[in-house]
Amino acid sequence: MTENNELIRSSAATLAGKLAAREVTAVEVTQAHLDRIAAVDGKVHAFLHVNTDEALAVAAEVDAIRAAGGAAAEELHALAGVPIAVKDLIVTVGQPTTAGSKILEGWHSPYDATVVQRLRAAKMPILGKTNLDEFAMGSSTEHSAYGPTHNPWDLDRIPGGSGGGSAAAVAAFEAPLALGTDTGGSIRQPGAVTGTVGVKPTYGGVSRYGAIAMASSLDQIGPVSRTVLDSALLHQVIGGHDPFDSTSLPDPLEDLVAAASIGNVRGMKIGIIKELHGEGYQAGVENRFNESLELLKEAGAEIVEVSCPNFKYALGAYYLIMPSEASSNLAKFDGVRFGLRVLPEDGPMTIERVMGATRAAGFGDEVKRRIILGTYALSAGYYDAYYGSAQKVRTLIQRDFDAAFAKADVLISPTAPTTAFKLGEKLNDPLAMYLNDVATIPANMAGVPGLSLPGGLADEDGLPVGVQLLAPARQDARLYRVGAVLESLLEAQWGGPLLDKAPSLTAPSLNDSSSAATSAAGAALSHGGSH
Amino acid sequence: MTDATLSFEEAMEKYDPVLGFEVHVELNTKTKMFSSAPNVFGDEPNTNVNEVDLGMPGVLPVVNRTAIESSIKIGLALNCKIAETCRFARKNYFYPDTPKNFQTSQYDEPIAYDGYLDIELSDGTVFRVEIERAHMEEDAGKLTHMGGAAGRIQGADYSLVDYNRSGVPLVEIVTKPIEGAGSRAPELAKAYVAAVREIVKNLGVSDAKMERGNVRCDANVSLRPHGRERFGIRSETKNVNSLRAVEHAVRYEIQRHAAVLDSGEPVIQETRHWHEDTRSTTSGRPKSDADDYRYFPEPDLVPIVASREWVEELRATLPEPPAARRKRLQADWGYSDLEFRDVVNAGVMDEIEETIAAGATATVARKWWMGEIVGRAKNADVDPGQLGVAPATIVELNKMVEDGKINNKMATEVLDGVLAGEGTPAEIVEKRGLAVVSDDGPLLEAIDAALAAQPGVVDKIRGGKIQAIGAIVGGVMKATRGQADAGRVRELILERLGVEG
Repeated sequence: MTENNELIRSSAATLAGKLAAREVTAVEVTQAHLDRIAAVDGKVHAFLHVNTDEALAVAAEVDAIRAAGGAAAEELHALAGVPIAVKDLIVTVGQPTTAGSKILEGWHSPYDATVVQRLRAAKMPILGKTNLDEFAMGSSTEHSAYGPTHNPWDLDRIPGGSGGGSAAAVAAFEAPLALGTDTGGSIRQPGAVTGTVGVKPTYGGVSRYGAIAMASSLDQIGPVSRTVLDSALLHQVIGGHDPFDSTSLPDPLEDLVAAASIGNVRGMKIGIIKELHGEGYQAGVENRFNESLELLKEAGAEIVEVSCPNFKYALGAYYLIMPSEASSNLAKFDGVRFGLRVLPEDGPMTIERVMGATRAAGFGDEVKRRIILGTYALSAGYYDAYYGSAQKVRTLIQRDFDAAFAKADVLISPTAPTTAFKLGEKLNDPLAMYLNDVATIPANMAGVPGLSLPGGLADEDGLPVGVQLLAPARQDARLYRVGAVLESLLEAQWGGPLLDKAPSLTAPSLNDSSSAATSAAGAALSHGGSH
Repeated sequence: MTDATLSFEEAMEKYDPVLGFEVHVELNTKTKMFSSAPNVFGDEPNTNVNEVDLGMPGVLPVVNRTAIESSIKIGLALNCKIAETCRFARKNYFYPDTPKNFQTSQYDEPIAYDGYLDIELSDGTVFRVEIERAHMEEDAGKLTHMGGAAGRIQGADYSLVDYNRSGVPLVEIVTKPIEGAGSRAPELAKAYVAAVREIVKNLGVSDAKMERGNVRCDANVSLRPHGRERFGIRSETKNVNSLRAVEHAVRYEIQRHAAVLDSGEPVIQETRHWHEDTRSTTSGRPKSDADDYRYFPEPDLVPIVASREWVEELRATLPEPPAARRKRLQADWGYSDLEFRDVVNAGVMDEIEETIAAGATATVARKWWMGEIVGRAKNADVDPGQLGVAPATIVELNKMVEDGKINNKMATEVLDGVLAGEGTPAEIVEKRGLAVVSDDGPLLEAIDAALAAQPGVVDKIRGGKIQAIGAIVGGVMKATRGQADAGRVRELILERLGVEG
């Protein structure tokens, strides 16, 4: 299998330019990515389903429109023909949607998520559906019912989660763009540990219609990419008001691409959050974070320190609100109308027992853990102490952000306390797993936007480190402005994108030959196609 | 198993009833509470649904603005305060008629609260019922249990579910405990539900047909010994779906509770099912205050903000209140106080109004409804409006009488034919051969025979005693078995005798 390295390593913006200039066709671009998936996904397992025929058909349609010229060609979206992968929590007509769970195995949605409709309107070929922790519950993608995704930087390590599939697909050059969802860090933390960019927009900035809900008040769909500009381009495709989502903001979308192109941070105040670095953060993470601060300072930004004292309660409050909402959101998976139905092996065949047997067989341990936790937290007599208190903490976190943003235009922190850990390392220690999200959760609790971009490699393990930027609600543009500047400063230092330093997934080595990889890829595809 | 009961009189001697009502009103919005699917009754099962009503993965609710307006109007008509902001909540429970396994409802933040309704009883006494709250929620789907007895879930082989009703907007109106009704409790119950139905119908926010479940009543009853302040343990009789049934159910529960208390047993707090055939209730599921629905604010919906300007705009659109409307209708129709009260108590005010609108005079409309239909409804044990008499039918019957095609006696026969489903009045007249004889030929024969049979009467008439003509007319009517038009017979007799009438 040949690979078109130039095409798969290009950013979405570059591909868009080449397509518009007709230097390359959308079919070529899409096929190059499909080939790459076939070549490496056996090792990475980023995809649960590969959407070959439809992706190529959409690409061919774009090529035909471009070839015909005229008004239709003029009206093509800038990203028309640029392929994308979609997290398998987002419903799609024509492809299965599993949410990484056995309970939805084989289910096809009768409708498209709003963001998917927008991708279709922009004529972006959808390469397939990416792996995730079951119902987006996890920080490692190990809780997928369909097996874990592997980090392209080190296949023995986790790609982060829940959106490890989307981040790994982009990091492994299987897709230039992907959609993720972020409830407590599921876009940003995988971005950090795979050396990619991920953005959680302001709550309400992107429609949630068609994203299978974990925690409605925290969930947000956002872009996953290799460059800050690419995330801005994708954000503009999916963002903006949707009448199908009551929590969707009515505001017109800001020009995020323009913000990513401003090119300077002179005079901006950037706040270091005292509580989100230092103790508990890996030394290599801390070092790279400090380097980024230096670069921003040199570029004319003013670095200030802010304190958010209530952030220390964020994780605890999050693990009450999220499971409470999840316990209710996941009640609909009962075997009555769609998805898996399991009949009790013996005893009376009542609806309660069918629901119980279905949920017992269909949900994995982490999902059950959170449903039980949430059911308990909402129970009469406990509601005020748990859900009620957690909501108060949420208000305090929002106030901390308000105070911090009175002093700074954007806030900055490491995205995750550590680099990627080994697969299996924290699987039996839920609390250690939950701590991965300590720096990302406050943004979800307050509804503010956050962006993670590669900050370099940790000295001790040579693995990617993420830098997180946070902005006030509705000020997503600031993230793109600062993010793009920091990215260019860092890349100047590295002499190119960080992902250039990632190991090749196809080069022959003692441990795995390319022929083995190819056969594994074939196996993975047939597996992906089966559900 | 039938429960023991005391006579109503004995129950009243010993105990003081306390009532409470939860009335569910289905709104007649074009679309559902949280989705764009049509809100239509009685279609093919599972056709008026979309992915939202089915609770498919990923869907989100969007509030129907018209439903909010209707709810505010109901609140205003019930003299309630309207919340400036209020939220929806999730009521979590697993049941297959609820596709999400939670019902989106309002919990501690109802849109309307603290109202009252003045209810006029049959003797003109006014009784104030206080309204605790009116809140918005969505209806559940409809389960049909197959293979068991009488459609009950017990013993059923399987159940079918129709989600057409799932997501239909509901307003639930909850009263405060109603004390002091005494032996008027059953009557008050009926009058209260009738008043709520009248209000939502006049507001135009509901089709208000109880037989279709547009207005459904759950009746809470408890008894306490006279003089005691603390309430007794209540039962909740579900889905009592006619005004008569509300009255009967409350009366029955009072009698049943009294027997339980007399036996020294505690009343069980539970839901009861009303059975129209036996006019009794049976035990449903136990209901305790500790049912844990794990309510929490619905995170997929933003709070409803009802600005004071909006509320005042809606208040300005309210129709006249029922009391004012009654005053106006009585004046328009020219009924005496007694006549009008009878009409109200018989529950046919709306029907008379519709009949007049269809073209009848007020006198004719009252004659038919009060004189014919109310009695038939009583015999059939249904509310008069549910008997199946359309206003147009009355107008048509009356026109036939006025045109002399049939007489009054025949008209009542035709009405019975209509109720028996034999067709339209015209068809029934045709089929039953009920036309008044108007061909003068056979009439003249009968007249000549009657004149010949009573020569003395003929002399009296000729002598100027015109009133004696009745005997001749009677003879003719007898001979024609009542099918002659008496007026025409009279004319012909006078003509025959050459006497001026």
